Amino acid sequence: MPWHAKTDRIPAGPSTLGVGNQAPSPVQIARQLAFTRREFLRSAAGVTLGSTLLGSGVLARTGVPQRKRKVVVITFGGGARDQETFAPEGQVNIPNLMRELIPRSTFFTQVINRGILGHYVATASLATGVYETVNNFASLPPEHPTAFEYFRKELKRPSSDAWVVAPSNGFNRIGESNNRAYGPGFGAGVILPKHLLTAATSGGADYEHLLRDNYETPFYTPELGGSEFELQQLEMLLKLSVDDFKKHARTLSSPDELSVFITRQLMQQLAPSLLWITLHDIDIAHAGAYSLYIEGIRRTDRLCAELWKTIQTEPEYAGNTTLFILPDFGRDSDDDSGGNGFQHHRTGDALSRTTWMMAMGAGVREGVVIDRALDSTDLVPSIGSILGFSASLAQGKPIVELA
Amino acid sequence: MLPADLKPEQFSGYPPEARKLATEDLTALQRLPLSFLPSLLREVIDYDFKFPAERKALERELAHLNSLSPEQTKDWFQGFTQIRLSSQLEQFDWVNAPAQFVEQLSAYLWTTHQLDAFRLAALAYAERLRAAVPPEEPAMPRLGITVIGQGVTAPEEPLFRKLRPHGVYFSRVQPENGLKQILEVVAARAKSHPVVQGHWYIDGGQEAAHDAALTCVSYHALAPARAALSSKIRVEIERPGMGPETLRTLLAQMRPADLGLDRGVDSGLPGIADKSRDAVLDRFQVKLLTEGSGTQIFSTTFAQWAAREALRRAQPVTLLVRFAPRQRQKPMNEMLSGGDAQVELDPLGSLMDADMGAYYNWLNQQRLPGAEQSSFLVWFENHSVAVAIGPSMPRGTESTTATDLKTLLSWMA
Repeated sequence: MPWHAKTDRIPAGPSTLGVGNQAPSPVQIARQLAFTRREFLRSAAGVTLGSTLLGSGVLARTGVPQRKRKVVVITFGGGARDQETFAPEGQVNIPNLMRELIPRSTFFTQVINRGILGHYVATASLATGVYETVNNFASLPPEHPTAFEYFRKELKRPSSDAWVVAPSNGFNRIGESNNRAYGPGFGAGVILPKHLLTAATSGGADYEHLLRDNYETPFYTPELGGSEFELQQLEMLLKLSVDDFKKHARTLSSPDELSVFITRQLMQQLAPSLLWITLHDIDIAHAGAYSLYIEGIRRTDRLCAELWKTIQTEPEYAGNTTLFILPDFGRDSDDDSGGNGFQHHRTGDALSRTTWMMAMGAGVREGVVIDRALDSTDLVPSIGSILGFSASLAQGKPIVELA
Repeated sequence: MLPADLKPEQFSGYPPEARKLATEDLTALQRLPLSFLPSLLREVIDYDFKFPAERKALERELAHLNSLSPEQTKDWFQGFTQIRLSSQLEQFDWVNAPAQFVEQLSAYLWTTHQLDAFRLAALAYAERLRAAVPPEEPAMPRLGITVIGQGVTAPEEPLFRKLRPHGVYFSRVQPENGLKQILEVVAARAKSHPVVQGHWYIDGGQEAAHDAALTCVSYHALAPARAALSSKIRVEIERPGMGPETLRTLLAQMRPADLGLDRGVDSGLPGIADKSRDAVLDRFQVKLLTEGSGTQIFSTTFAQWAAREALRRAQPVTLLVRFAPRQRQKPMNEMLSGGDAQVELDPLGSLMDADMGAYYNWLNQQRLPGAEQSSFLVWFENHSVAVAIGPSMPRGTESTTATDLKTLLSWMA
């Protein structure tokens, strides 16, 4: 798209993908994306095209009683584009996804996010099944009940059974909404590992860079609000001394690695049935350094595989856990002059809205690709189908291939 | 307030030339919908600090809007008039703070799910404007040159993967005096076609000696401004009630004097002319640092973003961009260990950044008028590989012909 078309003055336009004079519609672009993802996967990971007619009742046939089922959700850290992941030139960055995870998953090639493309608000939308409109940079709870609240209230589960591990202070309120019928007392515990590390190390000049809260607003760290997971709870709940925590943190190369470490502790000590981990290293892309963005993708790919291995080896999780991996949204296309390529997700173009999701583990068919369009708000009702809650206020619908 | 209520005295806070422009075209402005007008005023209010190409484009746009009848205006802006705005937005001081209005409008469009409708309206307008006021062709075929890989002996991954399909891959370039030759070619273009702020040299490190006819921006020269900005931000974020939106507003209001950019810079390098300050360029540099994400931290981001903004705004006919190594991003464990606070460089990571940056430079150049006649060269500094793209360069081919950069550039002319 040429600059002299004045699209830089306004919040951007749809990508042309450089084809012909007539720009394809966002729907056409989303379908094309889905098609190419399927073809990439078919050739590289040997998966087959699935049908919605084959899916129903799979979970019931696993023989895992609903009470014992567990769900782990990983949001794939801040959004990555196909050309750096599933496209032929990008597959080198996701060897674990390609070789180990995708062949064992049902892969949904077209998950559309129709909401606001800011990480906190988009993750809140994923967690509520409703497109939230809360201020992305404020410490506010979602307006609609989260999956954690449905799960705990309807199934009468204790607070120890639902947890969120999140990257930054802004996510502290994601565990429970301000919905009057749910809200306080029914949500998930939220752990912000970087915040714990700050408390454990008492800050310090050299930590400022590490503890930078949010790559979208790199100079600003919102204040914590809501109930805070305190440092002393590390020892009480996770059986982890502050010294051990600090010692281990010194062996890790990134905040996401710290999040995965804490997640493992949670799985071993509390074994929550609903566990949500938001990875975020990839979002370093906002700083504009392509090599750091690629490094983030490669690390996230490795961490996803490590978490899958943990699920398979932890007795409480092995055989009865369904894992979802999905980005909250994508990033801007190179073709949209309103953006700056991989750096941001500001244009709202079809590429930044069309993502993917993989489901694997208990009740999920392996090596299947589903091309039809899903909405990112379908996640919560689908988790509800697996765990046995209704998600009555969610906008999305249960994914039939998983029901 | 709505656009129909606009009066000339409401532009009294605008800089002189911007005020003149706005009041001369007041009738046209009064007919525009509120969902559109502030985005136009955001350009108008900065008119005094715009590059010649931007000024001309804005003047032509306003002249065209003036020539439309009320019915035609209604037809042109139909999509925008359907956008619902809040009373809060209507009451905002959008005349004096159009940029802040646009930011709030953007957030409002997202939350009310009207962004797609807005974009469709914007695209339709852009297409009509382009047809009615075709962009002006450049004074000479554009030439972009990007130099990458300073300080790298051997890359870890193949270079130019994204650019090679579009031109000729040269594998026997003689690297001796390569940068000097490039600077000579660029200077010769500037002298033969003296376009005001039409020939640029952007350096992600310390600029090399160059001809005074070039408009030069460098990461190194802006070190004091970067430090001043960093210190101001630290102070601001400690203030109670400070949030990202407020911080952005503060950054948007920063002026060259706030960052010490009005005092002149003595590079101390031989061959670099001691130019008097250029207010337009100063303002441009402030925006690079206050609006560009990561430009304050990473020199590779700075070079890429500066090139993007120079192309988008100044539309130079010649643009040389030289990437330099950026600071290394320390892994978490190193940060926790503390120790040496000295800044280390990451030449290999920077090469990867610059390789992608070169691709973006080419993409952005191709978004400008005259793209069919434009040429682009990317060279791995002090090495023998380069890719040349242009009308005379067959796409997706390779050449093993031994050549120096001056000769190679002459083939592209």
